[in-house]
Amino acid sequence: MSKHMTNILVPLISILLGLIVGAIVMSLSGFSPIDGYIALWNGVFGDSYNLGETIRQITPYIFAGLAVAFAFRTGLFNIGVEGQLIVGWLAAAYVGYAFDLPKIIHIPLALLAAAVAGGLWAFVPGLLKAKLQVHEVIVTIMMNYIALHVVNASIATLSDGAEKTEKIHESASLRSPFLESITDYSRLHWGIIVAIIAVFVMWFLLEKTTRGFELKAVGFNQDASEYAGMNVGKNIILAMVISGIFAGLGGAMEALGTFGNISKLTGFTGIGFDGIAVALLGANQPFGVLLGAILFGSLKNGGLNMPNEAGIPMEIVSIVTALIIFFVASGYIIRVTLERLSKKKKEEK
Amino acid sequence: MSFLEVLYFIIPSAIFYAAPLIMTAIGGVFTERSGVVNIGLEGVMIMGAFSSIVFNLTFADSLGAWTPWIALLVAMLTGIVFSLFLAVAAVSFRADQTVAGVALNMLGLAVAVFAVKMLYDKGQTDSISERFSRFDIPGLKSIPILGEMFFTDVYATSILAIMIAFVAWFIIYKTPFGLRLRAVGEHPMAADTMGVNVTKMRYIAVMISGALGGIGGAIYAQAIAGNFSQSTISGQGFIAIAAMIFGKWHPLGAMGAALFFGFAQSLSIVGASIPVIKDVPEVILLILPYVLTILALAGFIGKARAPRASGTPYIKGKR
Repeated sequence: MSKHMTNILVPLISILLGLIVGAIVMSLSGFSPIDGYIALWNGVFGDSYNLGETIRQITPYIFAGLAVAFAFRTGLFNIGVEGQLIVGWLAAAYVGYAFDLPKIIHIPLALLAAAVAGGLWAFVPGLLKAKLQVHEVIVTIMMNYIALHVVNASIATLSDGAEKTEKIHESASLRSPFLESITDYSRLHWGIIVAIIAVFVMWFLLEKTTRGFELKAVGFNQDASEYAGMNVGKNIILAMVISGIFAGLGGAMEALGTFGNISKLTGFTGIGFDGIAVALLGANQPFGVLLGAILFGSLKNGGLNMPNEAGIPMEIVSIVTALIIFFVASGYIIRVTLERLSKKKKEEK
Repeated sequence: MSFLEVLYFIIPSAIFYAAPLIMTAIGGVFTERSGVVNIGLEGVMIMGAFSSIVFNLTFADSLGAWTPWIALLVAMLTGIVFSLFLAVAAVSFRADQTVAGVALNMLGLAVAVFAVKMLYDKGQTDSISERFSRFDIPGLKSIPILGEMFFTDVYATSILAIMIAFVAWFIIYKTPFGLRLRAVGEHPMAADTMGVNVTKMRYIAVMISGALGGIGGAIYAQAIAGNFSQSTISGQGFIAIAAMIFGKWHPLGAMGAALFFGFAQSLSIVGASIPVIKDVPEVILLILPYVLTILALAGFIGKARAPRASGTPYIKGKR
């Protein structure tokens, strides 16, 4: 079996295994897995409203996946996407309501604010990694919690103690009456276009620019990159910041598209952590991330339909997602099994 | 309120909040010392909290005052079984340990909330009737000042947590098992050459962390929260990891850091009634543990160094 083939098979088998174990969990809990998955399917594609909501859910997942994947390509593990996303969300929401500008300036400015906020939040772990060799995983986790508390405190300050900020002005909104009308008044907004542009931007950056080549080189082998005259520290910081920019923009989608403001968060949104699943499944390739985001975004939104239609708690979708991560991460064992199977076949021939 | 009264108020409360953190942080010390990063401690705590509350609600009538203690054992077993997911993925299947840990957190929360909705038809359990109770330590409590500060109205779970920290220190630094554990975490190939079974050691370490994390979650649920919902455990697992790092991967250091973070947590909760503290914005106290951990890692508070092999799967024969 060719290597290319295994690379595609591992994620597919992982998804299948995840769904199978999910089905087992459902039957053990006394539910019908078939009804459950039908409800899931209807929640994703059932009608134009659900389809619109699914695409809306996919939008921030694309950004979160790109953020994780971009860092991974440079050899960095950014678990801080969640925190970068919520500071981006706050920044975009603030610019959205605090300024009065024409639409053509307002939307880019709000996106820029989110990108800067996310980028700055990722700059700290990047700097510490580059200058002091501090492992980025722990720092980014800590930055998540700092973001959560700081954002909540900021919301309280900005709104004079209320639970949420003011709604953004129409001029900063990505919402579209047209998209809403063709999807039976879902919250689908133009953000999906921005997200797809971001996929191409990441691809172009990594595959077509010298900077991208350097970033990837640092990811493969720091010593060799250093020896070849690249500035490893600078590339590490840059990679973290770009990753944070993607994450911050993901937050902007929630601020300018889905919600139009930011409410006090009782916990994490989970989008950042699901981004790890998205990137992993998409093998850290921009277009792979797109597919991963479509899968996990669909699962997430479809899951909302499961309690209504089949009476199954929607957490089953998170169980399936977590299992898929396990299986993809344990790709080694799937590879070994596949190789053994294909060897057996050859011997039989 | 006089300064002493403030201390009488805040120190027992700090120890109270620290107990679950100490337990879980010590669990973290064991895994990391063996070379396995356990980001999944949050998920383990969630499973511990969940299983203890369900057990407590179900058996409180028949077991009476012993219920929380037996629930602690149930949580320990749940934690061990649950942590095996990480052990199998990270040790046997050579999965990225951080990724597997993230999956563990996601799985823990999802399974627990799923089961609560299944069992009780709602997202939150009822409050338990049998909680851990406080008691005065006879003799010691009559010591002036210190008696009132440390030995009155204490929770047995707090004493247990502090004892566990000393036991862990003894195991890790004074026994052959501990020496092997540290060897496996620093240089698994050398340990393997000397006949130490790296895989077995890592499995044991992960299971110990599951046991202690489960107990930590159960203490939090049965002493502090009193019920279980999606947000019962929200970040305590990560604060425990922070305490482990702040304590420089040493059991007693981790205990000290956990006590300090417990202090910060209790300040953010009871601080509103204390002069000076009430003028500090709550957000500062909330982010303090995380900021300090970053500073510790950056070397501003003495350099914190992880065990050398931490985070890398051991593959026999690979140099």
